[in-house]
Amino acid sequence: MARFKNHILVCGGTGCRASESEAIAVNLKRSIDENNLENDVQVVRTGCFGFCEKGPVVKMVPDNTFYVHVTPDDAEDLVLEHLIKGRKVERLLYVDPETKEHVSDSKHMDFYKKQIRIALRNCGFINPENIDEYIARDGYSALGTILDEMTPEEAIKVVKDSGLRGRGGGGFPTGLKWEITLKSESEQKYVVCNADEGDPGAFMDRSILEGDPHSVLEAMAICGYCIGADAGLIYIRAEYPLAIKRLKIAIEQARDYGLFGKDIFGSGFNFDVEIRYGAGAFVCGEETALIHSMEGLRGEPTVKPPFPSVSGYKGKPTNVNNVETFANIPAIFLKGADWFRKIGTEKSPGTKVFALAGKVNNVGLIEVPMGTTLREVIFDIGGGIKGGKKFKAVQTGGPSGGCLTVNHLDLPIDYDSLIASGSMMGSGGMIVMDEDDCMVSMAKFYLDFTVEESCGKCSPCRIGNKRLYELLEKITLGKGDEGDLTRLRNLANVIKDTALCGLGQTSPNPVLSTMDNFPEEYEAHVKESKCPAGQCRALMQYVIHPKLCTGCTLCARVCPVDAISGDKKMPHFIDTSICIKCGACMDKCKFGAISIQ
Amino acid sequence: MSKVKNLQDLKKMRDELKGKISLREKSDHPESMVQIKVSMATCGIASGARDTMNYMIDELDSQAIDAVVTQTGCMGYCYAEPTIEVTLPGEKPVVFGHVNTKKASEIIEKYIKNGELVDGIIPDSYETIDGK
Repeated sequence: MARFKNHILVCGGTGCRASESEAIAVNLKRSIDENNLENDVQVVRTGCFGFCEKGPVVKMVPDNTFYVHVTPDDAEDLVLEHLIKGRKVERLLYVDPETKEHVSDSKHMDFYKKQIRIALRNCGFINPENIDEYIARDGYSALGTILDEMTPEEAIKVVKDSGLRGRGGGGFPTGLKWEITLKSESEQKYVVCNADEGDPGAFMDRSILEGDPHSVLEAMAICGYCIGADAGLIYIRAEYPLAIKRLKIAIEQARDYGLFGKDIFGSGFNFDVEIRYGAGAFVCGEETALIHSMEGLRGEPTVKPPFPSVSGYKGKPTNVNNVETFANIPAIFLKGADWFRKIGTEKSPGTKVFALAGKVNNVGLIEVPMGTTLREVIFDIGGGIKGGKKFKAVQTGGPSGGCLTVNHLDLPIDYDSLIASGSMMGSGGMIVMDEDDCMVSMAKFYLDFTVEESCGKCSPCRIGNKRLYELLEKITLGKGDEGDLTRLRNLANVIKDTALCGLGQTSPNPVLSTMDNFPEEYEAHVKESKCPAGQCRALMQYVIHPKLCTGCTLCARVCPVDAISGDKKMPHFIDTSICIKCGACMDKCKFGAISIQ
Repeated sequence: MSKVKNLQDLKKMRDELKGKISLREKSDHPESMVQIKVSMATCGIASGARDTMNYMIDELDSQAIDAVVTQTGCMGYCYAEPTIEVTLPGEKPVVFGHVNTKKASEIIEKYIKNGELVDGIIPDSYETIDGK
């Protein structure tokens, strides 16, 4: 085996690949070969490093130099300068936004300092397409040890003792779910991995599957042994091609090594998995709908009970867990339930992966212990708000969640604290909003999504959400009245109480939580026909300040609808009845004379 | 491809494969192991720094000493190349000059394994930003 003196880890996650990280890896390899370093230096394509904002990311090992925003043209410099001459390529180093200093070691970056990586432990570390690297990181030894030394009951006890709760959003205790499925008697049972990540802006499950597919496969086999199932199904959306490709490779490798199939580890236990594709419907993340979709039926939820643990796929007991939940399992067995319990909070042990997005400086994938405050996530790890603007709110839990405000910044995040403050954990999407975001429009955006994604089975969700959307539309167009606010709230509460499944029961949350947290914004829309954030187009008015206008006529010339009139060298005027609010005049004005009111 | 028939197979395999990623594991916790920087600028390479580095990597590995060996740029001691900087866990870095493979072996045996200083130390006269 060649012994490499340097490893170059190139991020192969979807984000970095979209910015040509594959070409970087190819160029690095070529340059390494040209300089006869092929026996000294290894190029490894890894999973996501999480720091997507700065991608493509390249990390040099063993000196731990972290290069950001690398382009394929930089590859040669990395080889010639960093590897051969031993000089860091300064222009590609991360610059600390506060101190403006170059930081070369990722451990000194604020983005990584507060993170603890359990589910993401191998992402950005191993080559996900190589089972050997996973095995070298103690991969499959949790499965082997369990099969060798534990009964299913004993193994389930470990999961129960760890306090692990479902990371898909519900937060149901995983060990308890396994136990219920074990106790449901049947000749055939199933393990299902829910990889139907549907929240807008969430990409943690995809990144885990792309960066460390074996950890999920190993956990599924462990679950299979615990509940008495020999078949596993992964339900993944077809729009995740890279994750699917890596999963397929991983499954093949596991079969080749005899880690999947018959008589695993000589224990007599059989297990194998199949991949099932979803068409990308939000409702199919709900476990009963997911199961129907896998059976070839419409992706519609049914009333629980019966729970899938009792009667699931093909009417057999089925244990459904989310990708991130599974990714935690091998680590819990390797390090022990006590170790896991020491991380996080008492009721929500462990960590949570969040997809940090929106108006925050460091967009990316992060994993923090439960109980970390929003302030730490947004300002320390996330690096604060883009462009120095003011923080306004953060939406957690996607379309089912709610928004949290400045008042919640010091709230330690866990399942229960988020629910108590009117939001929810959800799968871990976190969308940060600044002062320019209108909360009514935000609620409308999520309702638009829910209306689109409602399966249509129950009327509160199918019709109610549509009506909610129309009310919000009316308000953002400035046509709402105060009665609409009451109607909005009443209807939202009715939908919450009467919808059939989680999708409908939670869809009014963005409306209710924005109404609770930003009542003044709703009132400004209906009472004064004003959008305080200046986002609702219909409520905006472009005006020319007569004192600042020099009469240069530039605005009148760029206006596509001839709404601006005025004589040369005289202040101009915008006819708001013609203006389409495109903003072209404001962009062109050299004197700052045009503003929005 | 070899099939994994039992847990022992897997453990054996893991131990064999560990070497493939040990470099990455080590770079994750550099403070807990011996860190060696070999000055590999033009003058260092011309004086045989590459041989020194290769020798140290092989020797430390065969003796199973947890160490990270990295190359670095010119340290400025061109008169004493090859130069290496050795940092034992919890200790201050020590720079050695004129490190050929023989000297390297002495440094490993005496300083790295037993903490005894050997001849050829260059007194440090600089501060690095890493220390901040």
